[in-house]
Amino acid sequence: MVRLFGPLVGLFFAVALLWSFGNGAYNAATQPTPPTAEALFHMHPKEVAFSFDGAFGTFDKQQLQRGFKVYQEVCSNCHSLKQVAFRDLTALGYKEAEVKAIAKNWGNKAQTFDPKTGDRGERPNLPSDHFPPVYYAGQGAPPDLSLIAKSRHGGAQYIHALLTGYVDQAGYKNEAGEELLKKFPDAKTPDGLYFNPYFANLNLAMPAPLVSDGQVTYSDGTPATVDQMAKDVAAFLTWTAEPKLDKRKQTGWPVLLFLLAATALAYLAKRNVWADKH
Amino acid sequence: MSFPWANEYKPSHPLMQWLDDRLPLPRFVYNAVGAGYPVPRNLNYMWNFGVLAGFALVLQIVTGVVLAMHYAANDKVAFDSVEHIMRDVNWGWMLRYAHANGASMFFIVVYTHIFRGFFYSSYKAPREMIWLLGVVIFLLMMATAFMGYVLPWGQMSFWGAKVITGLFSAIPLVGPPLQEWLLGGFAPDNAALNRFFSLHFLLPFVILGVIILHVWALHIPGSSNPTGVEVKQESDTVPFHPYYTAKDGFGLGVFLMLYCALVFFAPNLLGHPDNYIPANPLSTPAHIVPEWYFWPFYAILRAFTSDFMFIPAKLMGVLAMFSAILVWFFLPWLDTSPVRSGHYRPLFRKFFYLLVVDVLVLGYCGGAPAAEPYVMISQIASMYYFLHFLVILPVVSSIETPQPLPFSITEAVLGKDEHAALAPATPAVA
Repeated sequence: MVRLFGPLVGLFFAVALLWSFGNGAYNAATQPTPPTAEALFHMHPKEVAFSFDGAFGTFDKQQLQRGFKVYQEVCSNCHSLKQVAFRDLTALGYKEAEVKAIAKNWGNKAQTFDPKTGDRGERPNLPSDHFPPVYYAGQGAPPDLSLIAKSRHGGAQYIHALLTGYVDQAGYKNEAGEELLKKFPDAKTPDGLYFNPYFANLNLAMPAPLVSDGQVTYSDGTPATVDQMAKDVAAFLTWTAEPKLDKRKQTGWPVLLFLLAATALAYLAKRNVWADKH
Repeated sequence: MSFPWANEYKPSHPLMQWLDDRLPLPRFVYNAVGAGYPVPRNLNYMWNFGVLAGFALVLQIVTGVVLAMHYAANDKVAFDSVEHIMRDVNWGWMLRYAHANGASMFFIVVYTHIFRGFFYSSYKAPREMIWLLGVVIFLLMMATAFMGYVLPWGQMSFWGAKVITGLFSAIPLVGPPLQEWLLGGFAPDNAALNRFFSLHFLLPFVILGVIILHVWALHIPGSSNPTGVEVKQESDTVPFHPYYTAKDGFGLGVFLMLYCALVFFAPNLLGHPDNYIPANPLSTPAHIVPEWYFWPFYAILRAFTSDFMFIPAKLMGVLAMFSAILVWFFLPWLDTSPVRSGHYRPLFRKFFYLLVVDVLVLGYCGGAPAAEPYVMISQIASMYYFLHFLVILPVVSSIETPQPLPFSITEAVLGKDEHAALAPATPAVA
């Protein structure tokens, strides 16, 4: 039975697939899909080195503090950071008193609700609070940034590329030398959106947030160029997405070294046990 | 059943004798995975993967049970509770990465185990039942892994659940109500999340039960081996302990190194970035893809792009995807060659390697966007997949001339076997 019906079922699926394949090939030949503007003009992130790259890389706390400052002064106007608590900032090298002050002076206050009276109110943030929600007046809600570095292909490099990637759309050419608006006259950025070739569909609602050198005043003397600020905030957002990165790698090396030794011993034990059987 | 020369359990300590008379659990273990289980002496490293799969399941259960202590199966807080585990639970990040990558390692090991079975025809008589139970375990694993991926309630969780349960809506007449019944709603929401969590907790223990049957069935004829020649005499076997416990110990070390390299240095390598975005029913991801271990089957599902006769393309895809696994149930009766091992089957061997490449191609296409040329490639590859199992295997079995087999396992290992001279002319079939 199996040997009778098996081949029939196999041929049935094969013919159905051939039919699909034929239709697909016919369509591809008669109505080739024209390439889209996104396919031709979307750019992959620029190569940037970060201190936390590779199996030995760790966070640079100075850089994380600078990045936090960029988030505080620029990004936090529109973007929340709800998975992160103020107390977590001690990992950046801030003292407890500093964290207390940062929480207390944070622009958006913690929301309170009194179940007895039904009153809603505000109070200053405490270190134990998570970063408060941000109320955005415009359309749509800017994404929460807590996990942005892990939720985008390219991670920190993507954030850096996006923040430094705003260009004038007029006359924009890709690496092949094709001009966007000549090839796709309809792809003109609509009003209210901003052109950025590192963004998946080329136009996004966020205007360039980092526009001039020195926009954020660094206290450690690092020149606050746009490129530097973009790198620093990308590093900071990698920390918010993966705060245990240092701990993870620090744990990983002893674990791997132990396993290497244990596996070597297991191999020798196996050879010893099998010595008379080969 | 065991071979007559199997070591017998003889408890020496009075306490163990006392226990053996009342509950012979140590005897059971001794006969199952101890010195009382004679195993062919020629097993290669491909035979490590059964033990490794069992280890991976235990690892998943242990990490999973602890994760369940901190996870909240509610669509409002599930995503945040996973981040709570990652940030605030002591070693929570390690547990979660160990569990997520443990699933990948489990599938790597099980796929190797299955393809070992393909190459050495481990499914042939008298081992059909071991094979059938193995396919059941694989189906249960797929269901468990799918529901586990939904629990973090990220974008891929939500849309994966929507697509996969949507497959049932392709069934004529009862499809749409069936999908609603499975989800407990018109789209994945709290009801679906809760039942998936419940089943995700339950199914691993069902898998454990079927594994016990799988190992029980294995102990009836005993392990197969790379020559495919059955055990004939004591010199063909060694006791499981210490020989294979030692060998499995080494294999386990290699497995753990690869696993820990993933967990500690590339924990998100095999995941999808979109699952770090909270589930949003109003925003469809550009490319919905399942986890990598489903890609070959996902490619088969998407390969059917045209209605065939009176059958809608979607239904064809669903039928084909399920058939791609169900066909394994029939393998023992599709492959009729009396020779088991691929080492002695030159023609079969070529098609086997072609199948390996074919499944890798399917996997690649399944992970790629549903666009050309991937769709056309997966159509060709799916065609080969079905033809391989349902047409090529039966035909190859009947036209192929296998190479001569060794007289015994002892001869295969040592190059000579004094019993061979006494035996009648070497049979072509063992």
